[in-house]
Amino acid sequence: MSVSRRTFLKTGAAAACAACAAQVPLPVSAQPKNNRELATLIDIRKCIGCEACVEACRDANAPKYPEPEKPFPRMYPARVKAEDWSEPERQAVRDRLTPYNWLFIQEATVRIDGEETTLTIPRRCMHCQNPPCADLCPWGAARKLKNGITRIDADVCLGGNKCQDVCPWAIPQRQTGVGLYLDLMPAFAGNGVMYKCDRCYDRIAAGELPACIEECPENVQTIGPREEIVREAHRRAAEEGLFIYGENENGGTNTLYLSPVPFDELNQAIAAGKGKPHLAAVEDQMAHGDRLAKAMLIAPIAGLAAAVARIYKVVKNSAGEGEERS
Amino acid sequence: MSRSIAIVTDFERRFIKPAYLLLLFMMGLTGFSQMPIFKRYYIADIPGLGWLAEYYVTHVIHYLGAIALLFLMAYCSTVYLALLRRKYRLTLWAHVRVILLAGIVATGVLRVLKNLPDVLFSPGFTMTIDIAHLAFMMLFIAAAIGAALTKGGWLKEI
Repeated sequence: MSVSRRTFLKTGAAAACAACAAQVPLPVSAQPKNNRELATLIDIRKCIGCEACVEACRDANAPKYPEPEKPFPRMYPARVKAEDWSEPERQAVRDRLTPYNWLFIQEATVRIDGEETTLTIPRRCMHCQNPPCADLCPWGAARKLKNGITRIDADVCLGGNKCQDVCPWAIPQRQTGVGLYLDLMPAFAGNGVMYKCDRCYDRIAAGELPACIEECPENVQTIGPREEIVREAHRRAAEEGLFIYGENENGGTNTLYLSPVPFDELNQAIAAGKGKPHLAAVEDQMAHGDRLAKAMLIAPIAGLAAAVARIYKVVKNSAGEGEERS
Repeated sequence: MSRSIAIVTDFERRFIKPAYLLLLFMMGLTGFSQMPIFKRYYIADIPGLGWLAEYYVTHVIHYLGAIALLFLMAYCSTVYLALLRRKYRLTLWAHVRVILLAGIVATGVLRVLKNLPDVLFSPGFTMTIDIAHLAFMMLFIAAAIGAALTKGGWLKEI
């Protein structure tokens, strides 16, 4: 079947909304200048692990959560497994990322000044500056907005899980039984929709703050133009001996963390795994694309030069032959 | 044979067609492997084909293939326009394939641009590029099959 008119209209409206998201002004303190990217700064020291941000995220984004149709269509071959987080007890899971939980609190027990301390860390999508999920999504469902948000369009996503596979933190989470694949060939292609933090793109479009930032009682997060956030992170890091994560990870992200202990130490102390992203250093995953893109500029010029050399040889030979004859 | 008539060299006869076929096969393979199908359908389980499920590997190969294809297309079109056109003309199937290749290249170049860190296209435009790239490739495969079945080559002697 083709894409239904309803889906098409919804997709179009979502695309228009997403395009508009970058145009609508935020509160003055959070406005990007010259339409540049917004970043958030998360000061881990301030987080008390109260989960107010988690609750706010769930409330604000509940209308976006999947409502799968059951029973799920049978999928082939047998190795394709349904992923279902829709049962009430699974929807309630808060200690990891799920399609119903786009932000969770990670804990790390470390020693600070000789004293054992438990740090709590809000974790969600890093919103990379050059996101592999958006670059490599074969369907254009994952996309980056001008204001630095990376979001997945639930009306378009087919749930192939590629975004999770290429994400250095494996952030997006899948729910089966929902989305466009049901209208295509549910038995043979697709497996639902991928979900993750969209940094409340709709609230930002309406001039509001992301729910997690607005509801945090400790002002753990701040949001603003990226260059200002980076400057502020470096100022605090220099003055208070802190460590920064996210500035250069994966070529740069729009989520920066400040920690009183080095991040490799934090990374050792957290429980990382499925739905629980690490805090390790990350190389720029798309750097090869940038380098090879330059080679692509040179390739046709080199082809043209080789052809000109080839033509010159023929013309020269012809001229030589003409002289011999005369 | 006089040297001036030998406008297609042995090297070209021997290497360009195999290189072109190999390139298009690899581009098609790595292009389709951008969709999560090879692992699902056990193709990546075949010994030696595990790399087809490695998205970054296939992405690099696809880019490398694009570089080689751009080189080859620039070379062949220039040689044709400057030398071969006097003796040969493009067949109907060649015209169809040239148009489709141009579509593949144009949408591919746009997708490469979109993947650069500081380049942003609208979501709708990005999706159009993705779908158009796939559609041009599918049509190209159909055209290649059509040309093979009808023995419609690229060049016809005038």
